[in-house]
Amino acid sequence: MMRWRWIWLAAPLALAACHPAEQQGVSPASHAPAATSSAPHATNGFEPPPESSIPADEFGKQIALGRQIFTDTGHYAKAYVGNALNCANCHLDAGRLAHSAPMWGAYPMYPAYRSKNHHVNTFAERLQGCFQYSMNGKAPPLGDDVLVALEAYAYWMSKGEPIGVAPAGHGYPKLPRPTQAPDYVRGETVFKRDCALCHGDNGQGQRVAERTVFPPLWGAQSFNWGAGMERLDNAAGFIKANMPLGRGNTLTDQDAWDVAYYMNAHERPQDPRFKGSIAETRKAYHDTPDSLYGIAVNGKVLGQGVAVP
Amino acid sequence: MNSLRIAMLACSVLMAKSVLADTLDGASIARQGNGHGVAPCMACHAADGGGQAAAGFPRLAGLPQAYLRKQLDDFARGARVNVTMQPVASGLSDAERDAVAAYYSKLPVPKPAPVAEPSRNDAQLARSLATRGRWSDGLPACEQCHGPGGVGVGDHFPPLAGQSAVYLVNQLHAWQQGARRNDPLQLMQTVANKLSDADIAAIGAWYAAQPATLTKESQP
Repeated sequence: MMRWRWIWLAAPLALAACHPAEQQGVSPASHAPAATSSAPHATNGFEPPPESSIPADEFGKQIALGRQIFTDTGHYAKAYVGNALNCANCHLDAGRLAHSAPMWGAYPMYPAYRSKNHHVNTFAERLQGCFQYSMNGKAPPLGDDVLVALEAYAYWMSKGEPIGVAPAGHGYPKLPRPTQAPDYVRGETVFKRDCALCHGDNGQGQRVAERTVFPPLWGAQSFNWGAGMERLDNAAGFIKANMPLGRGNTLTDQDAWDVAYYMNAHERPQDPRFKGSIAETRKAYHDTPDSLYGIAVNGKVLGQGVAVP
Repeated sequence: MNSLRIAMLACSVLMAKSVLADTLDGASIARQGNGHGVAPCMACHAADGGGQAAAGFPRLAGLPQAYLRKQLDDFARGARVNVTMQPVASGLSDAERDAVAAYYSKLPVPKPAPVAEPSRNDAQLARSLATRGRWSDGLPACEQCHGPGGVGVGDHFPPLAGQSAVYLVNQLHAWQQGARRNDPLQLMQTVANKLSDADIAAIGAWYAAQPATLTKESQP
């Protein structure tokens, strides 16, 4: 199933995605409500090379282009993007940040079998999925400049890592299941208190000069129902570790689950694999307690989709 | 007769004065004060609302109305400590605060006086903090909230570009020291506490030298 990551709050992100199914744990710090300020972002783990070490040659040009695509996706990969998100919105620090599905956590783990599509995926194919789901767009063809540049960027960033070993800080943290089942009303309270300032009262995000500053969390300009961030566990893990931006690990686990539920109890563009009915689509792709697709919340069955202009 | 005319004249003067207050003329408060002891804003913030950069009096022209209004409230209640602004804000009525905030938010952004460019090293440091942040310390980039080029975003994230360097530096220190604690979600207190004095000096000088409106190619 889809395990894509999402976009949340912050700003930049990218597409990539990341990890395939099953990210394992590596949960960071705190499962206890940390009272105040930010907890460890660091993992004592892998440190990607500094941006200044991108070589000044033809290969370096592709790496640099990959970074630009990552942070300004709608501009540099325009043909394949169908919403207002950037890769770096969910993959913070341009795909470098631990616990924010960093590219160096994903690159060494491919090729990999993914239950999402029942075959062995190359890294490039994994990137295609980001465009189809998280970016609600179209998959760039294999060999396309966009995929080449993104793969070059991820490869460069992963230099020195062992292949096939999930590094600490890869993916999003797996939070323990919440004490109380995630709840819309509690989630709304968290959203209004800690999220709406930047993401807007209706989750619409904020733009300046045609650039997304705070990403939309649902609706036509956000990720679609096929994206990994649609999963409550992915969203809760991302939120806990990284939101509010710069104050990660200050929400309680329960708050993170509740607000993830609230976010994902809103409509967004249809899953591009839609099988003709919500029920069939849920059965095929969303049959997990971590998906609200096909579930009735507040009297409405989710998964209707929204029209994309 | 005469006394009646005088009485009528006196009345009309009084009425004019109260009309003035009622119409909440932000411009006249800015130019003349409010007639109840609050000095004209322009004495410090300049006739065009551009501020006085060297003295650390910030530009108000073109800032978000809701942001300006909130600052006046916060000065008055002490969540933002400033010995000059506290009595000013306290001396303005609710309606006068609204009027002044509305007035300045609608003023065009004046062309800033030329400022000294930061040194090459400082510029590099500031640009990196502004556009990349320093995530090894959990520090987001300034522009992740203040927008591309630091031009400001919505009601809560004011522009940094073209603002007085002295003012920006003073504010970052005020966040660090707790003299300013009116930030939503403690976002700025958290950020400021991850900055060194050298970081702060570099950021202030760099943003002061940036164009207040977005140029086509401001790199992500």
